[in-house]
Amino acid sequence: MSSIKSLEELQKIREEVQQGMDLRKSEDEKHIKIMVGMATCGIAAGARDTFNTLLEEIDKRKMKNVYLVQVGCMGYCHDEPIVQVNAPGASPVLYGHINQEKAIEIIGKHIEKGELLQDLIISKSFDRV
Amino acid sequence: MKQYRLHMLVCAGTACESQESKEIIKNLEETLKEKGYEKEVQIVKTGCFGFCEKGPIIKIHPDHVFYVEVKPEDVNEIVEEHVIKGRVVERLLYEEPALEQKITQQEKMSFYKKQLRLALRNCGFINPENIKEYIAEDGYLALGRAVKEMTPEAVIEVIKASGLRGRGGGGFPTGRKWELTHGNKNDLKFIICNADEGDPGAFMDRSILEGDPHSILEAMAIAGYAIGAEKGYIYIRAEYPLAIQRLNIAIEQAREYGLLGERIFDSDFNFDIELKYGAGAFVCGEETALLNSIEGGRGEPNAKPPFPAESGLWDKPTCVNNVETLANIPQILLKGSEWFSRIGTKDSKGTKVFALAGKVNNVGLVEVPMGITLREIIFDIGGGIRDNKKFKAVQTGGPSGGCIPEAYLDTHVDYQTLQEVGSIMGSGGMIVMDEDDCMVNITKFYLEFAEDESCGKCTPCRIGNKRLHEILIRITNGKGTREDLHNLKSLGEIIKDSSLCGLGQSSPNPILSTLEYFEDEYKAHVMDKTCPAGVCAMGKKKAKATT
Repeated sequence: MSSIKSLEELQKIREEVQQGMDLRKSEDEKHIKIMVGMATCGIAAGARDTFNTLLEEIDKRKMKNVYLVQVGCMGYCHDEPIVQVNAPGASPVLYGHINQEKAIEIIGKHIEKGELLQDLIISKSFDRV
Repeated sequence: MKQYRLHMLVCAGTACESQESKEIIKNLEETLKEKGYEKEVQIVKTGCFGFCEKGPIIKIHPDHVFYVEVKPEDVNEIVEEHVIKGRVVERLLYEEPALEQKITQQEKMSFYKKQLRLALRNCGFINPENIKEYIAEDGYLALGRAVKEMTPEAVIEVIKASGLRGRGGGGFPTGRKWELTHGNKNDLKFIICNADEGDPGAFMDRSILEGDPHSILEAMAIAGYAIGAEKGYIYIRAEYPLAIQRLNIAIEQAREYGLLGERIFDSDFNFDIELKYGAGAFVCGEETALLNSIEGGRGEPNAKPPFPAESGLWDKPTCVNNVETLANIPQILLKGSEWFSRIGTKDSKGTKVFALAGKVNNVGLVEVPMGITLREIIFDIGGGIRDNKKFKAVQTGGPSGGCIPEAYLDTHVDYQTLQEVGSIMGSGGMIVMDEDDCMVNITKFYLEFAEDESCGKCTPCRIGNKRLHEILIRITNGKGTREDLHNLKSLGEIIKDSSLCGLGQSSPNPILSTLEYFEDEYKAHVMDKTCPAGVCAMGKKKAKATT
């Protein structure tokens, strides 16, 4: 490792590492939270690939306001893999049958542009317990 | 760079390591690898979360799940359930005693709600052995800006304007100390970090050094630049092996990155740091004794003046700052003196870290804004008294402090008000006592400590504390007289007035404060030959025994 001789060099290291640490700062009130149902049925239906694709896309697009959480059974076994999007101030949106391709679509449309993917929605509004 | 989807922060402070957190980390690594998740989950070994009572702790991000009292054998379940299936392991969650309800997120625990973590900001958040994680959290930016964009005078001005005062106990304005050392011209000057933490029950300095060592190195370099020193020493107790190990790693990394050494940030400023080990004598926390110890002499204090700012280490101008004081410096430079001076009270700015111990439910390390009340610390953050017993007193400031009774629980914690009620801020030990504690007996413990730790250089401290201790032994054995009570007070006052250094001058404080607030208990021991709490040799109060 060569020495840091300027504030710019320090800044560069800071940015490189910061991105990897953003995960530790995410908050429900300020960030969009994407949940992926990963109980046995979800994993069997390919939720892990969906999850990893979502992660790659978020990383690729350097999205700072989004974080991804895996959750257990969400109850819609027949529609697995399930992805739920919770944006601050908006009702949660639940998508079904999300494969890798559709995962990219969610990031590109819903998360980036705020457009809902109407065809994929299982339930648009429901009360969270 | 492939991102991890889950960060598991495992506490690796001394308290948690003694509870097998090393084994937990090892098991986690093995289990994740076995199940093929090692590339998705990052294990981060962090410093202390402060909630030592319930350690070892694992915090999982981004879920914000906070597991307590984790054992190595729990790892398999955490991986199976949380990592693989996304289900929270309920039985490992913290249960709020007052609510009888499990709480998932750290932010929702009452222990953390009233805290404001500045000095401890990185503890439990970054990996202390990785300089890059410190840099990601704005580390070394304050040093860079100071060296590149500010004059030493400007740096001192910011610290002065912030109102920061020494956290080691004395509360001397830090900026003023820097200014004094800066003003004494000499070809050689020193900055010293006082990490000789000796109060029984206090461990805030150790936790900062273990959890965020780079913040201290950075602050020392800034101080060095401000006062004109090229050399810094960290005087640390040899009985803090983990803090020493992490400091050594940090120093090495900082040197590799050129953040310590010659021509820092391509300027004319050179600065390096060396560790000096102390043998763990309480008096070595006193700055002149500390300097004697570094020079290789006995850890005995000198009369002041001259103050170290004029003539310190090897007779050169020297600035001695406590660990917690230094931990505040980089942030003050980054966020400005106004930001800092808005926190706290009129004369006590910022936060204070307390090591909360004794008969409270949540023992641990808490950082609170100055001005918070003792009641909030003990009952809201500390979760109240164990086993629903009655609160009796809180001892602040360690052996140099006093015991504060219930009537003063609403006292706002700052340098001034604590002194007004007969105690001190000290370095931040806070020991809570309940109805089962005998105040005379507690006082005897502190006097025994003072007697043991007296360096013996001056007569009032060497002989006076011995006599005080003897009187207390007599009283707790049921052999005390009225004259003893009188002697305790007058001898205590004489020792306070005539001792050479802070240790002697403050050693009678536990006696004087308990004599004032708990005189009845002393009288019960002397006149009725009983111990109301049922602790001392002659047993319980007669009235209690007959009912």
